[in-house]
Amino acid sequence: MEKFTTVKSVAAPLLENAIDTDVIFPARFLLLLDREGLGRYAFSERRNGPEPFVLDTPPYDTAKILVTGENFGTGSSREQAVWTIADLGIRCVIARSFGEIFFANCFKNGVLPVRLGGDDMAAVERAAEAAEEITIDLEAQSIRLSSGREIRFDIEPNLKRLLLLGLDEVGMILAEDGDAIKAFEARRKADQPWMSIGIEKLHALAEEQDKNG
Amino acid sequence: MVAQTLYDKIWDSHVVADRGNGEHLIYVDRHLVQEVSSPQAFAALDQDGRKVRCPEAHIAVADHAVPTLRGDRPFAEGLAFSQVERLKENAAKHGIAYMPMDGERHGIVHVIGPELGFTLPGVVLVCGDSHTCTHGAFGCIAFGIGASECTSIFATQTLRQRKQKTMRVNLEGGLPDGVTVKDVILALIAEIGTGGGVGYALEYAGSTVRELSMAARMTLCNMSIEAGSRVGVVAPDEKTFAYLEGRPLAPSGDAWKQAMAAWSDLHSDADAVFDREVTFNTADLAPQVSWGTTPEHTCAVTGQVPDPEREADQNSKSRLRKSLAYMGLEPGTAIRDIPVDRVFVGSCTNGRLEDLRAAAQVLSGRKVADSVKAIAVPGSAAVKIAAEREGLHEIFLSAGFEWRDAGCSMCVAMNDDRLAEGERCASTSNRNFEGRQGKGGRTHLMSPPMAAAAAVTGKITDVRELL
Ligand code: SF4
Repeated sequence: MEKFTTVKSVAAPLLENAIDTDVIFPARFLLLLDREGLGRYAFSERRNGPEPFVLDTPPYDTAKILVTGENFGTGSSREQAVWTIADLGIRCVIARSFGEIFFANCFKNGVLPVRLGGDDMAAVERAAEAAEEITIDLEAQSIRLSSGREIRFDIEPNLKRLLLLGLDEVGMILAEDGDAIKAFEARRKADQPWMSIGIEKLHALAEEQDKNG
Repeated sequence: MVAQTLYDKIWDSHVVADRGNGEHLIYVDRHLVQEVSSPQAFAALDQDGRKVRCPEAHIAVADHAVPTLRGDRPFAEGLAFSQVERLKENAAKHGIAYMPMDGERHGIVHVIGPELGFTLPGVVLVCGDSHTCTHGAFGCIAFGIGASECTSIFATQTLRQRKQKTMRVNLEGGLPDGVTVKDVILALIAEIGTGGGVGYALEYAGSTVRELSMAARMTLCNMSIEAGSRVGVVAPDEKTFAYLEGRPLAPSGDAWKQAMAAWSDLHSDADAVFDREVTFNTADLAPQVSWGTTPEHTCAVTGQVPDPEREADQNSKSRLRKSLAYMGLEPGTAIRDIPVDRVFVGSCTNGRLEDLRAAAQVLSGRKVADSVKAIAVPGSAAVKIAAEREGLHEIFLSAGFEWRDAGCSMCVAMNDDRLAEGERCASTSNRNFEGRQGKGGRTHLMSPPMAAAAAVTGKITDVRELL
């Protein structure tokens, strides 16, 4: 995954509350098999609607930052909602709040979700609407506006590291806890032998019905 | 020893490492894999050249998008077909057992897991589907996950997670005639709201729960997610063990005895403290029906469609107006006067044998109203076979229902089973979101006997009048 260090870009203002996963990625596209190229289905209804959509309107069509309202990404657990946004080139979403699962999914896909409130959020919204360039510095946990104002944001250390190093979660788990997993499995095998099904048994079951069906 | 809840006990026994800040790496014993949520997870695995760490921990089955009119018909090519083919390929490539669509083990993931004895007390079980909470009926921690998490399970058999808070839901008083556990969970959601359980693992307890069959406990746990909870559990007891003993993948012989000994500790300690506790009396409950576009929009069948103007704040007023406009309902309409066009009996909520029996009991000797098109979709091939052995299919067919093959079907409308724009459906599924059963379709959630009653009269009906 691409490392997240600093991102400098205009920020697209989508200043609405509760943009849900169905708006971000409509359910009918869930039958698609790949995760590459999903950007073209992002916000499908909005982009084909009567009003011009902000992410299609220069200079925001190249924005790497999205600024939105409360509860962004609420709704279903579909990870496509993050993939589609990442595929559009968005690296950071700044919102007043997020849907729980969407928020967690962001970190697994190299997207930084930032929660802001009050005056800080208002300043970012103004900068977005004025199409000013803003800079996100993850290491420093800061957002720099062109006015020179610097806004701090919070992020959990583990998640910050994941983004900074561009680690995928699997790589990180195996690197940090590979041995602990092995030890756990050995213990489980000794203490709870009934947990193991035996792969032969599973395949036999699948094949048995093949004959019948 | 500090007194612990059931959830805490299972959780603690699965902690591989403490990552700090409340985050744990937990071990996952069982993973169910379905066609719609898995292709990207497998792709990510392949892309990084990784292998499935423990193939025996997974079962793959196609359920969401499969056609339910099968027999000798070919599966029409298209996106759904490709997804099923891809699942087969991925399973074969990684040595995972795949339960074919035309076999006797096929069915909705959450129906076949327990049927096969894959679901066991005390395990952590996951699936890329939010109704994975169903399996909690067996006293295990079961929850839905996203695609990246599926990849993590494949490669590491673990997940980084935060422990939930705990809430005990005490259901007391038993069930009156004509009332099922579906009515209980709908009424509970109406009371605590779709956000009522957010952040909590629910444990269902109390006299009503102890009396419930395993099928009914699954219905109960299934809709935990509709109350906002990713996890719902019931402590295992004699019924649980009797259900599991002898299932093809359940432990047998000495392993069964060892497992039983370990499972005897799977209950919340008498003095365990829950973060929240609610008690709900079920003795006087009436059959429930949803009237809006979220499961909390539910009331007794004897009730009326509410009036948005009575809502206190502007926000809920406008949301309610929008919801009623979508549903095509006027405030004050008696629930019992609402006509329906379609009836769906099935899904992982209510697609088990006892659900079909309950619907058939109402249908027996009766006919589906001329204005109604009704389908019954067993939750699994095994359910279908068992139902046919009892002759239930004849009751459905002679009443005028269609009798289909297993799958998610009209619960999610990813195959051809769907509502047309504006059509109204009495449905035994779990979600009544806009468009859930087809674009513009209108869903009323209810129990299987209530859905059968609506099929017979052509309108929402208090099934107690037909018993
Ligand atoms: S029956 Fe419905 S709720 Fe259950 S797994 Fe299928 S789509 Fe999901």
